[in-house]
Amino acid sequence: MGLVTVTYALLFYFAALVLVVGVGAKVYQYAKTPAPLIIPTTPAPTTQMGVVFRMAREIFLFQSLYKANKWIWLFGFIFHAALVLVLLRHFRYFTEPVWLPIALIQDIGVYAGFAMVFGLGALWARRFLVERIRYISGPSDHLMLALLIGIGLSGLNLRFLAKTDIIAVKSFFLGLMRFDWQPLPGDFTLLLHLGLVLTLMIIFPFSKLLHAPGVFFSPTRNQIDNPRERRHLAKWAAAIGDAGKD
Amino acid sequence: MARGPDIDVPTLREFRDIPAIQEGAMAHLSPFVAKPEHQEPLGFPGELVDNWQEKAIDKMGDLLGKYRALPVFLDSCVKCGACTDKCHYFLGTQDPKNMPVARQDLFRQVYRRYFTWAGKIFPWLVGAKDLTKEVLDDWYKYFHQCSECRRCSVFCPYGIDTAEITMAARDIMDHIGVGQKYSNEIIGKVHTIGNNLGLPTPALINTLEGLEEDIEEETGIAVRLPLDEQGADVLLVTPSADFFAEPHVDGLIGYAKVFHQAGIRWTVSSHASEAANFGIFIGSYEQMHKVSNRIRTAALELGVKRVVFGECGHAWRVAYSFLNSLAGPWDFLDPKYPTPQHICEVTYDLIQQGALNLDPTANDDKVLTFHDSCNVARGSRMGNIPGGQFDIPRAVLKASANHFVDMDPETICEKTFCCGGGGGLLTDDLLELRVKGALPRMEALKEVVETHGVTHMAAICAICKSQFSKVMPFYGLPMDMIVSVHQIVSNAIQLGTKE
Repeated sequence: MGLVTVTYALLFYFAALVLVVGVGAKVYQYAKTPAPLIIPTTPAPTTQMGVVFRMAREIFLFQSLYKANKWIWLFGFIFHAALVLVLLRHFRYFTEPVWLPIALIQDIGVYAGFAMVFGLGALWARRFLVERIRYISGPSDHLMLALLIGIGLSGLNLRFLAKTDIIAVKSFFLGLMRFDWQPLPGDFTLLLHLGLVLTLMIIFPFSKLLHAPGVFFSPTRNQIDNPRERRHLAKWAAAIGDAGKD
Repeated sequence: MARGPDIDVPTLREFRDIPAIQEGAMAHLSPFVAKPEHQEPLGFPGELVDNWQEKAIDKMGDLLGKYRALPVFLDSCVKCGACTDKCHYFLGTQDPKNMPVARQDLFRQVYRRYFTWAGKIFPWLVGAKDLTKEVLDDWYKYFHQCSECRRCSVFCPYGIDTAEITMAARDIMDHIGVGQKYSNEIIGKVHTIGNNLGLPTPALINTLEGLEEDIEEETGIAVRLPLDEQGADVLLVTPSADFFAEPHVDGLIGYAKVFHQAGIRWTVSSHASEAANFGIFIGSYEQMHKVSNRIRTAALELGVKRVVFGECGHAWRVAYSFLNSLAGPWDFLDPKYPTPQHICEVTYDLIQQGALNLDPTANDDKVLTFHDSCNVARGSRMGNIPGGQFDIPRAVLKASANHFVDMDPETICEKTFCCGGGGGLLTDDLLELRVKGALPRMEALKEVVETHGVTHMAAICAICKSQFSKVMPFYGLPMDMIVSVHQIVSNAIQLGTKE
């Protein structure tokens, strides 16, 4: 068992732990913090089912972003849709036997890799070319795009140019999941790709990637417009109300 | 201080192109700071406290635990830029700190520094900053260049509402002794006198009697405007500007005529002679609750069956969205009606029932358009169907007038632009901001004036009406172009034909 294998194995356990515990802690914080006032951006649905549809339109179609700016929507949508396909494609490294739907999307998942890098590149270009977006972009915004593009390019490189022993890579990950470590090939592009992925997993709970869990908790989107019909009262707010009532 | 003629009124943009940024364009402008006599009655320290930095961070932590919106909004922004061209203050001033995301970042940089690992360990990487005096100054300036209109929240992919951040920042500043004079002085007046304008009960009686005489003189019909009348069916809670400012008062006359013709017994309360609730502007739940509770007390004392709100934007948001939480439950009122109701809902329902006789030809001298007020449009509803807040006032106008044209669809309904004076900014020390912030609305209005011969713009918000009366002349439009919706109803209603 080489040093590379041990290092990466330990790092993957660590990164997975940080990702799950970190995001879990954030989700717990969002869930337990009260929303004392009803603040949906109206017009808003008046039923729970309506809210489910509104959230679905936000999460799957980026409805609000579409209203805001067609370019950001286009590039953002391309990136995210491609990312989903790429992630699904990678399931084959973690499943044995490979599930049929995953097997079927292998080719399209490769094209998605290119689309993902294109979407990210276009979003990054906007950070330089559009004055207003240049103004609001900080070092972490640029680095995040660099990281994601790095993951995409190194991944494409592994697929087309610097091919690795993909069977061994799969055994490594299956081994990790079964706590039966198997050697990881030591080629540079693979280690770079995995290293960048590890970085992404570790910074996820501390970065703006929290928009992924965050969107589900956004009160302006997930609240039902029913304040006249139902009284909403947070615990801390109730204490103020009772003290002030004559 | 900026005075009328000195203000550099922005030129109308021919193609509505997004303006280039001009750093520091509005860095010179901040509203008057509240004096101890405005701060202390609200329970805030009179002036900047010694350990203000520590106190501010404590308060921020407190708010982060009380409002889910705060941590979610502060963590979720990806700086995509969708909001950057959506704020009327940015479009009118070109100051990049008036872009919603940049305004939020003034708050977010401090949040990150004190409440996130990334900001504690790598502040330079994530734009985290200590809460210094310079940062506090920026807060005071730019959180008073936001009218909490929520237009940015319509377009944000995560629904981030800058209004929530602005409210939190103002609440924190109040708690360290840096309040805004205009809002805090007014809230004080509500507590001591009963309304924003400081009209004492005798003045109120005089005004209402005077209006009764005016109506009778003009129409020959005795229409009552009762005050503190026990056993009335409806308690009308309306912005105090309705009692004397133009064009607001014409709206009040309209409500009175509607109630008269429909045979509804109503009353105004001297205890709750104000619909406005500036507690929302300063982000104070306590103040919002205290101001709202006056309405509960008045409703109980007068024994009314319904509570109806007059034409006021933020008041309707607080009433529609928050009143049940703040001062409910309202189970002592008639369950046949929602609580509270908007006067437009009342008038609309009466029109549907055929209880009003409206002659739209009475307004044939006008071509009308309608300005959706931000808080009504994006923070409330009317009627049973989402979007009723757009349809119902328009239906009331169309039943009362023959000529109606909407402005550019990109500037109405949920995408409406703030008048430029909302959110506690309707004060002359911010006149330059108000004039510049009105730009997008003025552009859309001028367009329909030129293409459709629009003569009047109706609104259902006291702040919008006052703001437009003041700033329209800067854009070469007459100040009396702005009218109340119920002023149009008032013109059309045929008294003595139904009742």
